[in-house]
Parts: sequence; C-alpha cells; structure tokens
Amino acid sequence: MLNTKKHNSKIVLGQLYALWLREIKVFLRERSRLIASTFTPLLWLFVIGSGLGSTNLQIGTDYEKFIFPGIICMSVIFTSVFFGSYIIWDRKFDFLKSVMVAPASRTTVFIGKTFGGMTTSLFQVAIILAIGIALGINYDALTLLQILSIVLILSFCLTSLGLTFGSYIESLEGFQLIVSFVVFPLFFLSGALFPIDNLPAWLKFITLVDPATYSVDALRNSILHLGTYSFELDLAILLLFTFIITLIGIFSFRRMKAV
Amino acid sequence: MIIVKNLVKRYSDFNALNDLSFEVNENEIFGLLGPNGAGKTTLIHILATLLKPTQGGAIVNGFDVLRDAIKVRESIGVVFQAPSSDDILTGYENLKIHALLYGIPRKIREKRISEVLELVGLEDRKNDQVKKYSGGMRRRLEIARGLLHNPKVLFLDEPTLGLDPQSRETMWRYIKKIVKEEKVTIILTTHYMEEADMLCDRIGFISNGKIIALDSPSKLKQELGGDMVKITFNDGIPSKRDFAHFDFVHKVEQNGNSVIIYMDEVNSNMHRLIKDLEGVQTIEYKKPTLNDVFLKLSGDSLSGDSPEGGFMQRYAQYKKT
Repeated sequence: MLNTKKHNSKIVLGQLYALWLREIKVFLRERSRLIASTFTPLLWLFVIGSGLGSTNLQIGTDYEKFIFPGIICMSVIFTSVFFGSYIIWDRKFDFLKSVMVAPASRTTVFIGKTFGGMTTSLFQVAIILAIGIALGINYDALTLLQILSIVLILSFCLTSLGLTFGSYIESLEGFQLIVSFVVFPLFFLSGALFPIDNLPAWLKFITLVDPATYSVDALRNSILHLGTYSFELDLAILLLFTFIITLIGIFSFRRMKAV
Repeated sequence: MIIVKNLVKRYSDFNALNDLSFEVNENEIFGLLGPNGAGKTTLIHILATLLKPTQGGAIVNGFDVLRDAIKVRESIGVVFQAPSSDDILTGYENLKIHALLYGIPRKIREKRISEVLELVGLEDRKNDQVKKYSGGMRRRLEIARGLLHNPKVLFLDEPTLGLDPQSRETMWRYIKKIVKEEKVTIILTTHYMEEADMLCDRIGFISNGKIIALDSPSKLKQELGGDMVKITFNDGIPSKRDFAHFDFVHKVEQNGNSVIIYMDEVNSNMHRLIKDLEGVQTIEYKKPTLNDVFLKLSGDSLSGDSPEGGFMQRYAQYKKT
C-alpha cells in the first residue's frame, strides 16, 4: 500500500539495510558469541603455532607465520558458515516467519544475511590482523586491500553455503552435522595448517575442491609471498566457487519451506 | 475483506483443511475456534502466504494469496504463536527494523513507530531490551509491529496464550482499542471461550479442517436454547401461574416442585418472570457460555461415528420396539 513501483529499489535497499542491521546488532550484543569466536583462532595460532612450530618443519618460514593466513581463513570459515546456518535458530522461534510475511523477496533476505556474514567476518579478521603485527608481520596498502577482498569474497561464499545447508535442515541437532561435515573439513583440507604441494594424490584432489584452499593460498601469496598458485589464479577460482555456491544458495533459499 | 473458498491442505497422511469456505467482513473481529490440530494455524499460514494450499484459494483485501503474495503481505500484519521479536534488541529497534522491511518512508517512520508504541502502551519502555519485557508486553510489542505498516488485516494466533488473567484482560482492552483506532479487520485464534465471547463479532468453529458453525457469539449461545432458569417452590408449582405467556420465554418444563424455563436475556427479564411470585424456595439460573457451545459442537463431531454412540442408539431403538 505504501509502495509504488518508482520506489522499489529504494525499498529493497532499506530491506537489505534492515536485515544487515539486525544481524550486526545481535552479533555485537551477544558478547559470549563474540568472545568465543575471537578466542578460538588465537588458540590455534599460539598453541598449535608454537607447538608444531617447535618441531622444525621445512616450510620456508616460521610455522606461526606460515599458518597465519590459514588462521585468518579459519576465522572466516567458522564465522560465515555458522552465521548462515544460524537461520535454523531464526526458524526455531518465529523470527524467520515474521520476515517471510514481510513484502521482501527471498533473494533480498538471502543477500541481506550474506552482508551480515561479511561484516561479522571483517570484525574478527581485523582483530587477528592486529595480533599479526605482534608476530612481526607487516602489511602494506596493497596487502591490506588483497586481504580485504579475499576475506569478503570467502565470507560471502561460505555464508551462502551455510544458508544453503540451513535451508534444508530443520532441527537444531542438524547444526552439529554442519559442524562435523562442513566446517571442519573446509578448514582442515584448505592447507591452512600444512603445505599442499607434496600431499598424496587423493588428499590433494580433495583440497582442490575446497574454496578455502584458494583463499589460504591467496593470503599466503599476499602476506608471505609463499603461494602454490598465483594470486590472480586463486582469486579467479575463488570467485567461480562463490558464484556457483551463491546460485545454489539462492535457489535453495527460495524453495525453502516457510513454516 | 477475506474470502476463503473450498480450501484443502493435504499432508501425506491426513487433510489439515478439508474443503473450507467462509468470508470475513471488513472491520470485524473474527474468531477461529476449535480443538488442537483442527487446522486453525494451517489456515492462518495459508492466508499469510507462508503455505500453499493443495486445492482451493483465498482472497485477502482483494488479492489472491497464490498470485499476488507480495500484495497480500503488504495488506496484512501477523502475530505468531511463538515469540518472533529479538529479545536482545530494544522494542524500538525491533520496530525500526520491521519498518525498514516494510519500506515505510523515512518521513513518517519515526512518527508511526511512536504511534504504535503508544497504542500498545509501551512508549516508556521502548529503549529497554525485549528480554526485560513481561510476556504480555512482548506480545503487545509484536502486535505493534504487526500494525506498523497500516495493514488492513491483522492476524493474531493465540494472542493471550500463556498470559496471566490480568495481562489477558489488559490485552483484550488493547485489542478492542486497536480495532477502533486503526480500522483494521482482526482474525484471531484462541482456546479461551471467554476471550472469543468478549472480543469477537463472529466466530467460526473449525473441527477436522471444516467450519462446523459460524455465527455471532450470542446467536451461537441462543441455539443451545437460551438462558435457563430453574425455580423450586416450597409446596408445589402454583397452578394459576402461566410462565409460557411471556414473549421472552421459549419453553417451560415441570419437574416435581420445580419449573425449568428456557428464555432470552435472563438479566433483563428475570424481574418480570418472578414478579409477585410466592412460596419460592430457590432460584437458579444459568446462561449458556461459549464453552457449552464448544463442548456440544466438538462433542457432536467426535461422537457421530463412535462405537458407543452407535450402540446406545441401537439399544434405545431396541427398547422402543
């Protein structure tokens, strides 16, 4: 009734802003979630980093520095996939229904959510980057720009992935399946913790179909100049993955049952 | 305002809605009553475009729920059974986010938010997080949210479920006020007969996915035979007294020293009925409640084909012959 065709794009922007605003406010107020999701990557960086670093690996740099790009990606993987699959909770209480009866298209809701996921990832990565300085890592403007773009793209990609799974899974117990079968494999198979050059063939193959692999490699290129592939190739493949997963995600989200 | 026509919703093993048809008029409070699992919530979900019917259709505010879903959604506000506001956000923030979702122009946004907050009496709590609200306040916030975009129809799915008697009465007051001030048609589901009686202009009873009765609360109660008065006398019913001649009396039964009178409006007619009456021992009266209607209707639909009913009927037949 309040809408006319002329104002449609303005309304969609307002809707995106509303969905984004809700996610950010909830994220910033849920202190426990914020603290936990910041603390875990640090635990990996310092405990695994120093622990395995003390065993004298042949990787061309300190192990702590070597896994630093991997830990950035890890933080994005956990934050984004969890963020997307959080719609299982939204559905548990009637928030999702109340959004579904609003005159917003499913695609708008989907994109609004991914923007939320991107922003929360940025928060976390900013904290990790600050800690990187303490590890003796220097960033120039180009590096920061490259990190920013990889983090945003990966987080868009993985929030879409989380939303895809969230569209199909109805029970809260199903969330645990996502953790075991999506989040951890994405992380472990990304080469975040070990170089992927000399892996056995079967393992190497699996790492190649993990979008996080190219993000880790791109960041390693950018921050440590130690990549397996070139930054450009990494970026191109990551974009391809993101495109495909987003399409699948929007498709799944549109045919998801509202009740 | 709402036209429901031959609506069927079939799930793999049962029919939630079974060829359901009815209409709701503009600016009325329409109550949907019925036992658990009767199909009330399914019906609301279909009217709110969240669920697609298997067959049949519905028109809300002139728009088809299947073809014009977005238009329907612009015309309705929905308050669901489960809480749907973010308890970590303030009341105001919840409203602002929904105002944006509904594309309410910035010029009137703040004004409209204050209006609905005032309407439900939450103006002074708008900056508190919703988790600090009581159950009734939270429900009222969600009603305010449902009204933000000036909908023509407001759906309330069990608006007083789980509220204490006092909050429930407060809620009723607000619902009445909303109909008056917002000029909105309200469809509500409830389990509380008292609530339906108090609020609704008309009531539809749903059972097994069908409307089995539809009328105003007073008509529904009248169909049970009206109010009942039982007068017991000390020594026999005075023979000169003819209770049946009053125009408000439907039926008179005699039973020993007592007379049972079925009549309209006991409260306003009692004084005429017992004027100059002597030798009265006790007077009892009972107004039928919607609860009686509900029990009769759901009893009818349950016992229709039950084995006991069948047996007793056959037994009665047997005794007669």
